[in-house]
Amino acid sequence: MPEIENPTPSPRRAKTSAYPVEHFVADVSETPVAATDSKISDDAPTSLWREAWRNLRKQPLFIISAILIIAVIFVALFPGLFTNEAPNDNCMLSNSDGGPAPGHLLGFTQQGCDILARVVYGTQSSLTVGLFATIGVVIVGGLIGAVSGYFGGWVDAILARLGDIFFALPLILGAIVIVQVPFFRENRNVWTLVLILMTFGWPQIARITRAAVIEVRNADFVTAARSLGVSPFGALVRHVIPNALAPVIVIATISLGIFIVAESTLSYLGIGLPPDVMSWGNDIFAAKSSLRTNPMALFWPGLALSLTVLSFIMLGDALQDALDPKARKR
Amino acid sequence: MNGAEMNTENPSAQNPVAPLLELKDLAITFKTNNGEVPAVKRADLTIMPGETVAIVGESGSGKSTTALAAIGLLPSNGRVSGGSIVFDGEDLTNVSEKRMIQLRGSSIGMVPQDPMSNLNPVWKIGFQVKETLKANGLPSGPKDVAKVLTEAGLPDAAARANQYPHEFSGGMRQRALIAIGLACRPRLLIADEPTSALDVTVQRQILDHLETMTDELGTAVLLITHDLGLAAERAHKVVVMYKGQVVESGPALELLTNPQHPYTQKLVASAPSLASRRIESSKGTGRESDEVLAPHAEDLQTDNVIEVKNLVKVYKIRGGWGKSSDFKAVDDVSFAIKRGTTTAVVGESGSGKSTVAKMVLGLEDATDGSITFDGVDITSLGRKEMFNFRRRVQPIFQDPYGSLDPMYNIFRTIEEPLRVHGVGNAKSREAKVRNLLDQVALPASMMQRFPNELSGGQRQRVAIARALALDPEVVICDEAVSALDVLVQAQILKLLADLQSELGLSYLFITHDLAVVRQIADHVCVMEKGKLVEKGTTDDVFEKPQTAYTQALLDAIPGAGLMLPPEVA
Amino acid sequence: MAWYLVRRFLQLIPVFLGATLLIYFLVFSLPGDATAAICGEKGCTPAVEASIRAQYNLDEPFWVQYFLYLKGLLTFDLGTNFAGRPIAEIIANVFPTTAKLAVMALVFEAVAGVVVGLFAGLKKGKLFDSTVLVVSLVVIAVPIFVLGFLMQFLIGVKLEWTNPTVSGDATFTELILPALVLGLVSFAYVLRLTRTAVIENASADYVRTATAKGLSRRRVIGVHVMRNSMIPVATFLGADLGALMGGAIVTEGIFNVNGVGNTLYRAVLNGEAPVVVSIVTVLILIFCLANLLVDLLYAWLDPRIRYA
Repeated sequence: MPEIENPTPSPRRAKTSAYPVEHFVADVSETPVAATDSKISDDAPTSLWREAWRNLRKQPLFIISAILIIAVIFVALFPGLFTNEAPNDNCMLSNSDGGPAPGHLLGFTQQGCDILARVVYGTQSSLTVGLFATIGVVIVGGLIGAVSGYFGGWVDAILARLGDIFFALPLILGAIVIVQVPFFRENRNVWTLVLILMTFGWPQIARITRAAVIEVRNADFVTAARSLGVSPFGALVRHVIPNALAPVIVIATISLGIFIVAESTLSYLGIGLPPDVMSWGNDIFAAKSSLRTNPMALFWPGLALSLTVLSFIMLGDALQDALDPKARKR
Repeated sequence: MNGAEMNTENPSAQNPVAPLLELKDLAITFKTNNGEVPAVKRADLTIMPGETVAIVGESGSGKSTTALAAIGLLPSNGRVSGGSIVFDGEDLTNVSEKRMIQLRGSSIGMVPQDPMSNLNPVWKIGFQVKETLKANGLPSGPKDVAKVLTEAGLPDAAARANQYPHEFSGGMRQRALIAIGLACRPRLLIADEPTSALDVTVQRQILDHLETMTDELGTAVLLITHDLGLAAERAHKVVVMYKGQVVESGPALELLTNPQHPYTQKLVASAPSLASRRIESSKGTGRESDEVLAPHAEDLQTDNVIEVKNLVKVYKIRGGWGKSSDFKAVDDVSFAIKRGTTTAVVGESGSGKSTVAKMVLGLEDATDGSITFDGVDITSLGRKEMFNFRRRVQPIFQDPYGSLDPMYNIFRTIEEPLRVHGVGNAKSREAKVRNLLDQVALPASMMQRFPNELSGGQRQRVAIARALALDPEVVICDEAVSALDVLVQAQILKLLADLQSELGLSYLFITHDLAVVRQIADHVCVMEKGKLVEKGTTDDVFEKPQTAYTQALLDAIPGAGLMLPPEVA
Repeated sequence: MAWYLVRRFLQLIPVFLGATLLIYFLVFSLPGDATAAICGEKGCTPAVEASIRAQYNLDEPFWVQYFLYLKGLLTFDLGTNFAGRPIAEIIANVFPTTAKLAVMALVFEAVAGVVVGLFAGLKKGKLFDSTVLVVSLVVIAVPIFVLGFLMQFLIGVKLEWTNPTVSGDATFTELILPALVLGLVSFAYVLRLTRTAVIENASADYVRTATAKGLSRRRVIGVHVMRNSMIPVATFLGADLGALMGGAIVTEGIFNVNGVGNTLYRAVLNGEAPVVVSIVTVLILIFCLANLLVDLLYAWLDPRIRYA
């Protein structure tokens, strides 16, 4: 046995002050001692989602954006309810660049079409592209991010590099290159556009998901599940993904807005949706040549576009506040 | 060491000295979503020059808030809503921010709690000391900086000043923070849990050094701590706070021997450092203390449920330029757990104790050696056998906030192991969950609740219920009570002991806290830097420690050196 | 430190190769006649088609084509456009204007974003903060071309403060408005990022400790809050340079700036695939170099990185 180098320090007395110290005891009736660790509230049980919903309901940002989004979806589904005009049938060049007239609240485009009708009917394509691109990106990016974050190692290294490659190509640049491909040039429609946006949009979601998964992966409750005999994949699906969902939902909501912008930007550049598809981007593209004489033809679709995008981005912001992991802890 | 040397025997009689800090009827509120919430109510506290006063309380008792108010550093949503804070004759509750900046550093210093987060990671240590000196109008050349750091016990200070915080160990960072806190010779030092984030042996060195320095400088100290033993050992006067109120205050020894308030009485009874001290004392007098929660070290002659032999775990560490080196986290460790008993593995951070736990749980592969469970080596189990083995060994983790899935309600949490292993049907599983909740003394109404609605102790009970769901033979408690408040900790320890005698469980108890070990363990293994340095029965290890390291750990138990009069023991 | 930079550099090589390979693959090798991609919708005469096939080595296997392309890139030989002008010369001609525009936008978004974000963060929850937050959301939501036309129409056409379009010289004053438009969206991102970082760092333990040391508030914020808050902003700005180049296509179009974006856009419309590929490749190269620069900045800002 090694020798003890560090003998027990000599016992010491408790310190005594040089000043008189009074022994004060508070009145027990004023400082009642509660039973240790007896926290049970009478409220109904609240899951984190329910709590988030409670937070969300109180936010003006959420209420405004929710109303706007519901309205936009409604317009997209039932455009006929919002205008009596068929968007293309009654275009008369005699109305070219005309101002508001009875029955034509917002005036006419250069082609003499009713602006309101075009704005209303353009809703659908913008929303469809945004929605499906987001769904696609969440599936592809979420899956890649979750797998690379959870399994780590060389899988992660390869997937991260792959993401970097696509990340080096900004959305618009990537889309510009891809429309050079004959297949895409010849098949320009809503679905190819969704495919293009997905191709260059997934790394963003993958990065967010990866970070969220890594944070949850090492939580004790995952280790506890593993030591119960839950398989790695089971733990990923049952414990890790549900807990990593919040930031992904936030980014997905914002992405929806960003994809709508991207669609309109590409259409505006003349390489998005073909001219015969009605969309806000195409309308703005058509209106820019007559900007100085008829700025309203650009303004109205621009406003519709901006409001729609704004409502999704505001919703994302409100969701972020409600689902904030820092606020959620404890 | 005491303050007597600075004054005559009875200063107040001849020459009344004004208090350095006097809190009178202090009230502090926090603005929250539910309106103004009181955090401190009617708190009184007096610190005389050169005196050390400790505030003791559990988390949420208002002890830190009180201290922060004294240096004008309440969080932005908090405010002093009543009473006064008089420092050296000046009421700080209504001085300008400018005056407060003058006082901070030079008159009132602070040593914060967590050395990891209290130094700015992007500035060199020397710079952070230098700006302290400069802001308070003191010479701030490299020599002055080195001097201040040397005083705080930092070796080779001149070179160290050029390093960044992440190049420092926790103990060294805390020394740097002490250097900063005392750099401008304040008359009052606020030390907010200055060592609770450090290893016990380092903790003791730092506290000793702090005490020597403040004694030499004649600095008064306001010490915030959750450990009554530590407070009694270090302070002239102890103030006990509970739910924002001062429930009792007085001379340290008086409070330990003669606690009047029911809360203080509970605290004195529960603090592990004191309890282990009392166990030692009663051993000395030949009595068996009823505070030993696991009193069956010698009388149980059973077989070994787990045998660990020559266990080794090597990690590859990636270094710069693609090089990698081996790191032996666990080095040739052997021990056994007797059925129905508790074996504690004690060590400081980096000792490899948690790695041992992970390997016994089958969550990490051993590099070498064997772990036999009922005679079967688990390091060579197939997938199916491993799955079955998991039913028999279950873990409980440290962080009550991290060990339960926040998305699962309590029923699903406890039911999960049953479902995974296909035990019973929906109905019998629900009955089992009810039964388990009852065993850990939680009401069945808890089933539909979510972890975020529970307190730390309640969560830990749920974690215990989950661990017991599959009727395991061995439960591995990895720092299972370390994150809990003293009173809750005592309850959970009691629960674990009760469950053991009721169900015949064997525990592997991983902890850094020797005081807790004294209460609950039958056998102790002491680990240092991956190696097992000592093992034996708890009585043997505590009474006749064979290595210097074990001795140092024992000495580091707060209050270990405190001479308690017989009536306490 | 050196190891960190070398590692970052090595990591960029596969990114650059991968991204260029991706583009090259997309444009020259996907199903469909490659020459059709180059000739565009108008089609080429067989003679032109044959010369194109020769120029882009289209009769060679794909890997050889790509390798020859890379070799050309390293020797600044990017081939010629349809009119026979060397592409390298075209890029060199328009590049300075876009670089000027992008740097102006970058400086604007960084300086304005950090300043506004800092004040919003320090006054969290106050009127200024809430206003800034809502305005930033609006800026992010309104597409750059709507914003661009609006600004051009208001400031250039109605108020006549500047020329609505930029002349061939692209002087500093002429570029101010396009640079503002180009940097506006990123400005909103930078300010939100700064704000979040400032709020987080202002409540950090070391900031409280700095205050307890007796430092003035100005010094606490300047020395302890700001530098730490710059770390995420630096990362964003590096990645943003690529986005700025993309945004330049729209902005340069609106203000008629004769820059890389406009050249790229014209090439797209004319179906001049070789020009498109070359320009995008150069932009990727710039993106990679910018990221390397950010890594340097990052290592300077955060000493922990140097040892990672």
